[in-house]
This record gives sequence, C-alpha cells and structure tokens, in this order.
Amino acid sequence: MTTTTLAVLVPLLPFLGAAAGLLLGRTAPGFVRPLAVLPTLAALALAAIVAVRQGGHASIDSAAELTPTGSVPIELALHIDGFAALVAVLVCFVATCVQIYSTGYLRDDPRYPSYAALVSLFTSAMLLVVYSGDLIVLLVGWEVMGICSYFLVGHYWETPEARAASMKAFLVTKLGDVPFLIGLFALATDAGSFRITKVLDTVASGGLHHPTLIALLLLAGVAGKSAQFPLHTWLPDAMAGPTPVSALIHAATMVAAGVYFVARLLPVFEASSAAMVVLAVMAAVTMAGSGLAALAQDDIKRVLAYSTIGQLGYMTGALAVGDRGAAVFHLLSHGAFKALLFLAAGVIIHASGTNSLAAMSRMGNLRARVPDAFWTMTVALLALAAIPPFSGFFSKESVLGAAEHAATEHTSHIPGAAGWIVLVAGVLTALLTAAYATRLWLLAFHGKGVEAPDHGRQPVVMNAVLWVLAVPSLALGGLAYRVLPDWFDGRDLTPTLTTSVLGTGVALVGGIVTYGAWRHTTALAARAPMGAVAAHPEGDAGLVEAEAIASHTPAYGDVASAADPADPGRLLLGPLHRHAATGFHLDAVYGALFVRPVLAAASLVRFLDREVVDTYVQGAGTLPRLLGAAVRRAQTGNLQTYVSALLAGTVVLTVAVLLVATGA
Amino acid sequence: MHLVYPAVLAALLFCTGLYGVLARRNAILVLMSVELMLNAVNLNLVAFDVWLSRTAEDKLHSGQALTLFTIAIAAAEIGIGLAIVLAVYRARGTSDIDKLRDTAEGHETDGPDSDPAGSDGNEPPAAEKAEATA
Amino acid sequence: MTLAATAATATAPLAAAHTHGFLSPTGVEISFLLVGLVTFGAALVTVATKQLVHAALWLVVALGGIAVEYLLLTAEFIAWVQVLIYVGSVVVLLLFGLMLTKAPIGRSPDADSGNRWAALTVAVAAAAALVWVVVDAFRATWTDLDGPAAGSTAVTGASLFQNWVLPFEALSVLLLAALVGAIVLSRKSKAESSSPPVNSRPATGSSPSVPDSRNHTIGRKGAVEGNGPAAPNNPTEQEGAR
Repeated sequence: MTTTTLAVLVPLLPFLGAAAGLLLGRTAPGFVRPLAVLPTLAALALAAIVAVRQGGHASIDSAAELTPTGSVPIELALHIDGFAALVAVLVCFVATCVQIYSTGYLRDDPRYPSYAALVSLFTSAMLLVVYSGDLIVLLVGWEVMGICSYFLVGHYWETPEARAASMKAFLVTKLGDVPFLIGLFALATDAGSFRITKVLDTVASGGLHHPTLIALLLLAGVAGKSAQFPLHTWLPDAMAGPTPVSALIHAATMVAAGVYFVARLLPVFEASSAAMVVLAVMAAVTMAGSGLAALAQDDIKRVLAYSTIGQLGYMTGALAVGDRGAAVFHLLSHGAFKALLFLAAGVIIHASGTNSLAAMSRMGNLRARVPDAFWTMTVALLALAAIPPFSGFFSKESVLGAAEHAATEHTSHIPGAAGWIVLVAGVLTALLTAAYATRLWLLAFHGKGVEAPDHGRQPVVMNAVLWVLAVPSLALGGLAYRVLPDWFDGRDLTPTLTTSVLGTGVALVGGIVTYGAWRHTTALAARAPMGAVAAHPEGDAGLVEAEAIASHTPAYGDVASAADPADPGRLLLGPLHRHAATGFHLDAVYGALFVRPVLAAASLVRFLDREVVDTYVQGAGTLPRLLGAAVRRAQTGNLQTYVSALLAGTVVLTVAVLLVATGA
Repeated sequence: MHLVYPAVLAALLFCTGLYGVLARRNAILVLMSVELMLNAVNLNLVAFDVWLSRTAEDKLHSGQALTLFTIAIAAAEIGIGLAIVLAVYRARGTSDIDKLRDTAEGHETDGPDSDPAGSDGNEPPAAEKAEATA
Repeated sequence: MTLAATAATATAPLAAAHTHGFLSPTGVEISFLLVGLVTFGAALVTVATKQLVHAALWLVVALGGIAVEYLLLTAEFIAWVQVLIYVGSVVVLLLFGLMLTKAPIGRSPDADSGNRWAALTVAVAAAAALVWVVVDAFRATWTDLDGPAAGSTAVTGASLFQNWVLPFEALSVLLLAALVGAIVLSRKSKAESSSPPVNSRPATGSSPSVPDSRNHTIGRKGAVEGNGPAAPNNPTEQEGAR
C-alpha cells in the first residue's frame, strides 16, 4: 500500500471503530472492547509506518477535489510532514494507551460503549486535524473534537459539576472558534485556497494582505482550543470528566491541537510581529498564572489541568519565538508524560477514594498501595519539573533555548521583546512547575495518618499502561533531541548550557523550597483532620472518581480548593493563595462581564415575550372573543327582535335606495 | 278620488300591523296584526285596480282577483296559524312569543325551560285542559 | 326607481288632474277620509289595547272599516267577501283561539313584549318612509269613480271565471291542504298520548338535564311538541319525524 493509502486509513480506522461501536454497543456488548482498542492500535501501527516512510523527508501531499464548491475550492487533502507524522504517532499512542486503560477504569460503567466510541471518534477527528492538508477539512476535525470533548466531559452527567463543565467547555471553545472560522475564511480569501501548501506559498511570496488581523482571529481559536489565557478557564473545570478522557483530550492531544495548528501555519503568524508579541504575552501570562494556580489547587486533577495549561504556554511561547520544532518537541514529550500523570492520578484516586490532596496527605501508606502509580508518577513529575535526564528537560530546554536565542540575537521576523517575555516567564514557570510538582508528589505519596481504605488491586491493564507510558516520559527527550531536527525544520534542539543551568537550577530551588515548606506544615496535618472518601470502594475507578468529584464541594466547600492549613502551597503563596485557588477570579470576571448580562438579557427577552408579545397574542384572542360575546347577546331567541332588526334594516335600505334614486 | 287617500291609509294600516307583529306578546294578537297587514295590502290592491281599470282601460281586474286570492289565503293562514299556536300552547303551556326561545344562544342555560318555575309549575293542569278542549 | 316608474305612469292622467282642485275634496273623498280615520283608529286600538278580547273586537271594527272603504272604491263584491270572511269567520276563529289558549279576560299588563319600543321605532320609520313615498309618487293622481262600478259582482265574476279560473281552482287545493293541516295540527294523536314519556324523551333532546319535577310534564308536552314541526306533512310522515 502506498503511504497515502496508509495515511488515509489512519483516521479512517478509529472512525469506523467509533461507528461500529455506536451501532453495536447495545446489541453486542462483547464486541465493544475489541472495537475500541483494535482500530486505535491498528491506526498506531499505520501511523508508525507512515512516519517511518515519511522519515522527515519532503512532505507527502495528496489532494482530491470532491466537487467544485465555488470560488475557493475545498479539497480532501493530505499534508504530511515531519510534524504531522510524529504528532499522529503520539496521538495514536496515547489514544491506544487510554483505550486500554479505560477498559479497566470504566470496567462496570453502563455507558462504556458510547464512551469508547466517542473516544475513538475523537481520535479519528484528531488524526484528521493532524493529517489534513486542507483548512476546511481540518476545521471539521477541529469541531468534531470539540463536540466529543463536550460529550466526554459530561460523561458523569448525573453530577451537576460535569454538566456545568461540559457546557462551559463547549461554550468557551466555541467562543474562540467563531473568530477562528472568520480567520480561516479571511486567510483563504487572501490565499485563494484552503490548501495549507498554497497558503504557505502565498505567505512566502508576501501575498497575505491582512496578516495581523488573520493571525489574531486565528489566535482566538487557538487560545480556546489550547486553553491559553484568557480562554483557559474551561480546562480546569473539564476535569469533571473521567480521568482517561482528561489524559487523552485535555492533556495530550486536543488541547495540543491549537499549538499544532499554529506550528503548521507558523509563517502566517510570523508575517505579523504584532501577532507574535500577542502570542508571547499570552504564553507568558498563561504560564505564570497557571503555575501559581496549580500550586493552590486541592483536586489532584485540577493541579494537573493547570499544569497542562502551563505546559501549553511553553509550547505557544516556543511558537512566539518562531521555533516550531521546539514547540512540537515539547508537545510530544508533554503528551507522553502528562498522559502518564493523569492516568496515574486516576489510579491514585481509585486507590484513595478521593481526589483531594488534603485528604490524601492524611492517608498513610498510599505509596505502598499503588507502587506502579507511585514510581511512574515520580518519573512523570520529574519530567514535568524538567529535571535531567527526563524527557521534559530536553523539550523544555529547547523552548527556553529558542527564547534565549530570540531574545539575545536579533532575528528578522521575531521581535526581541517576545523572546525576553517568553524567557523570563519560562524561567519563572520552571520554578513554579517544580514547586507544584513537588507539592503534588509530597501530598499524594507522603501522607501521614490512618491507612487508606482498601479498594482492591488495581486492574493490570491500568498499571501496564502506566509503565508503557513511563518509557517515553523517561527516555524520549534524551533519545530524540538529536534525531528530531531531521524531521522538523532542522533547527537544533540541543539544550544550551545557560538555559539548562538556569532552568534546572530554578527547578531545584522550587522543589527544595516546597519541600522545606512541606516539612514546616506537615505537622499541622494531624491537628486539622479532614477528608472524605468515596462510599463505594468496591466500584470501578470511574464510579469512585465520579463520587469523589461530586463530594468535593460538599466536603471542602469548593470544587477547586480546600481549607487545609497543612498545605505547603498555602504557605508558599501567602495572601496570593486565595486568588490562585479560584484561578485569579477569572470565572467571576467572566460571570460579571458575560454571564450576568446574558442572563439579564434572557430575562428581559423572557419578560418581553411573556408580558409584551403575549399580551398582543392574548389581545388578538380576546378581542374576537369579546366581539363574539357581544354578538352572542344578540342571539336572544326572541323572534320579534330578529324581525325588528330585519325590518329596520329593510327600512334603512329602502330609504337609502330612495335617496339615491331621487338624487338627493 | 285622489289616489293618495287609500294609499296612505293602506300604508298606515300596514305599519300599524307591523307594530303589532313586533310588539305583541300573545301569538294570537300577532296573528291579528298580520291580518291587519294583509288587509292593508288588499286595500292597496283594490285601490290601484280601480284606478287602472279607469285610466288604463284594464279589463283583467288582476287587482281584485288577487285580493280575493289573498283573502282566501289569509283565511287558510289564520287556520293554520291558530292550529300552530294551539299546538305550541299545548306543548309549552304558553302562547307568548317571547318565551319561545329555542334558538337562543346558550339555550340550555337560559332557555324557556329555566324561566321562572312558578309559571311552569302552574301549567300542567292548564295544559291538560287545553288538550281536553282541543 | 319605483318613484320614477310610478311617476311615468302618472304622467298620462296628469293633464286631466288639472281639472281637480287639490284641496277641493269631493263627498266620496270626505267619506273615505272619515271611514279611514275610524279604521286606522280601530287598528291602533287593536294593536295597543291591553285587553285581548277587546283587541279582537276592535279588529272587527277595523276590518269592517276596510270593507266600507272597498265599497267607496266601488269594489262591492270584495267588500262583501271581506265582511263574510274576515268579520264573519276569521275574527271568530281568533276569538276561539284566544279562548282555547286561556287568554285572560280583562286587562293583562303584559300584553306587549319588551320589544315594543324597537317595534314602535321600526313601525314609525316604516310609516314615515311609506307615506312619504306614496304621497310623493301619487300626489297628482286621481281616480274617476263615476261610471259603472269597477268591482261589481258581475264584473268580478266575469273576470274571475274568464281570466283567473286556473288560479282559482289551484286556490281550492290550497284551502284543502290548509284544512287538512289545521286538523292534523290540532288533533291529539292516539299513538302519542298512549306512548310512555320515556319514549318521547328524544324529542326533547334539546334540554337534556331538567329537574325531575318537570320531567313528566315536559315528556308529555314533548310528545305534542314533537308533533308540532312535523305536522304540516301528512300523518304517516309524522311517525317518521319522531
């Protein structure tokens, strides 16, 4: 089979799996698990073959126009370069891991068939986005991902948190998608085509007329999808979905789609230095803010969600300094270790029966209960904190190196300011990342107190997946940083000494400071007992997680934070903790700016409809009824009255005729 | 003779009958008023027949012939009318026209049947007597 | 239109009209006027009196007055027919009707219905319109009553049996039908009086929920009522109508 055929099969297989899963889910439950895992696994194999055949050489382009559509043609096009090939491998890899993990995680879930089918559909859409060479086809995948995310976040729709979170995720990402769509149209109008290759050719020849406008419009969609400031608020709430979904969609792949999209069309953004500065500021604010917020979260998954936002900030930062190789490199390594973090967190939540770090810090011996999760999570947290030689170190240093390069050396199309912004924010975020990673590790695994209730052995598939994911988290960076430039733009990804020392240094400082703070506060834990665990320890992990999410607000007063004096983050952040815990009140600001006006407008419309429009409608009904009542009164049944009226009319008519006839 | 005299008299008689038809409560009085109206028409017919037979040399005497027919028909009408009134009286115990309101809107609620019960309560013996005399 | 037509017919005798003085009434006219006043007055009393039997008697006066007017118009045959049929039979029939329906003797305060003011308005308006039209149309038209009588028995008989035989015979059929109809309407059917009230309930279906106290009478009345509308047909159809 040609590479093109294989590449077409890659998104097609999970799609067929999803369709079959949705059709057969009820009638043939035995087929659901194979239908969920096997197509994704096959897609992984095919994506690997495609990647090998592409091999970082010239991009594979293939297009077929289905039907003429008017002025700007829409084509089913493939555009597979090194980025696409490797990202597709990552997507298939994580998707396969998540599907396998889910068979254990949602073992007894009655909605598992639809869940698995939606994950497959999501995988297919993501692969479509990755491989597509046409912006409209890319948009199709983009929106299908959005709707899958909506359904999967709302998987536990019995809980109000999940319902609200899915609605919020959908609305916020759509808020970004509207300008995104307009930007795509503007771009295609300028370029005369939706084909990525033609767009890039147009940009190279300077044919883009409104680069800043287009770039900013597209950035809105990217910010929505990749959870960048100011449209990031949906991502922490999306943690109300099942953990495997968080791992796949809200950590490894979908949120990376925005970054990937910018990487694909980076020349378009580079055509406008204003857009690059905006991108840099966006990345810097996102990075630093999410680091602070992550330090204050109590829900283990929300910590990871803010961490995801921050790492996506690194990627956009790399893009802002024009190095898409570094961005995609970090995307790949982050995809691996963040998926691992989430899946391990799922195991921990199952084992401890809670998602609250405060409760975990009061449980003894959790580490021994889930040794696989402990070791793999340690690896992943080290990768997250960018400690050499874990993969996160190499990818993050490549980002910082690119930022330093842009800041110190004058380049033609990258503003030096963008470089400085990204560099400073990146180093600051490295400190914060190490701090919250350490906090998470210490609170989750080094709690003291009564032993956690026994929830039985974790399913083998879950633990196996953790170890499979631990391999790239551990080794991907070190092995790949020399090879990857061949696949990417050829820019060197080797860590530079300055940024390596700087980044690792601040990371160590962050970790040590957090450790010190933890030592200081951990004594308080015994004095302030708190915690609540799920009521059904025998249930599968999905049930435990749903109960943990549902009970967090009643148990701790807030979905995000807990009033835990033993939290080192509280000591480190000081007065900032209160604001960081709520994501710096951005939700409240949005509530005041958008939600309340919309609700007020809705009630106004309701008032207008009920009181004003309905009045006319009812008036239209009442008037004939009154007329009818008046006419009814004439129907007395008295013949004499009738005849009187008849004769009176006759007299009047006769007189009228007479007057007309005599000309009076 | 001036033709206006019989014409005006006929008109006035007609309108008097009209008033009686519209204003009288008893059905037999209404029938009397109808007779007045018919007679007014007859008077008109005769007067114009006489006028035409003199001025237009009309030998057909259609006016007088029609008058005779009208009188005959009126006699028939009064017979049938009285029979109907009697039948109604036997059925309803009254010959008052404004109590015969079966065609009224919402007849079930405020029709003649729900009129003051006293009149109805007194009727049955009267009705039976009416039947007996009939 | 009517005015124009009548005015056109009135143009021919207009020349002759000049020989008559407008306000120089002849003896016939004076008699006509006086009798007409009496007739009109009697008619007014007929429709206005509170005593029902008096109304019938005043009707006799009015009808008799009209008969005199016929005589004055030289239609003597019709005048006698009027006296025979109206005064002689119709009024008697009406008096019978009054008696059969238990009409109160003496003053009955509710002789007029609540419709009387509307009736008065309509009647006065109609009278005004008619009188205006008639006077306007015929103010210059005279009838010459001299010469042979226009409505003597001989003349009328000749006319009737020369030109109007067929309608005359058809009229006899009509009278027969009226005779039969009147008998059918007034007679008490054996089948109805013997049928139980329950069977005749459907005839009074228009008032389904009446209290028990009246059910019986309504049922019996209903039997006759059901007879009423169907009665003009022949007695065999009567059963079908129920």
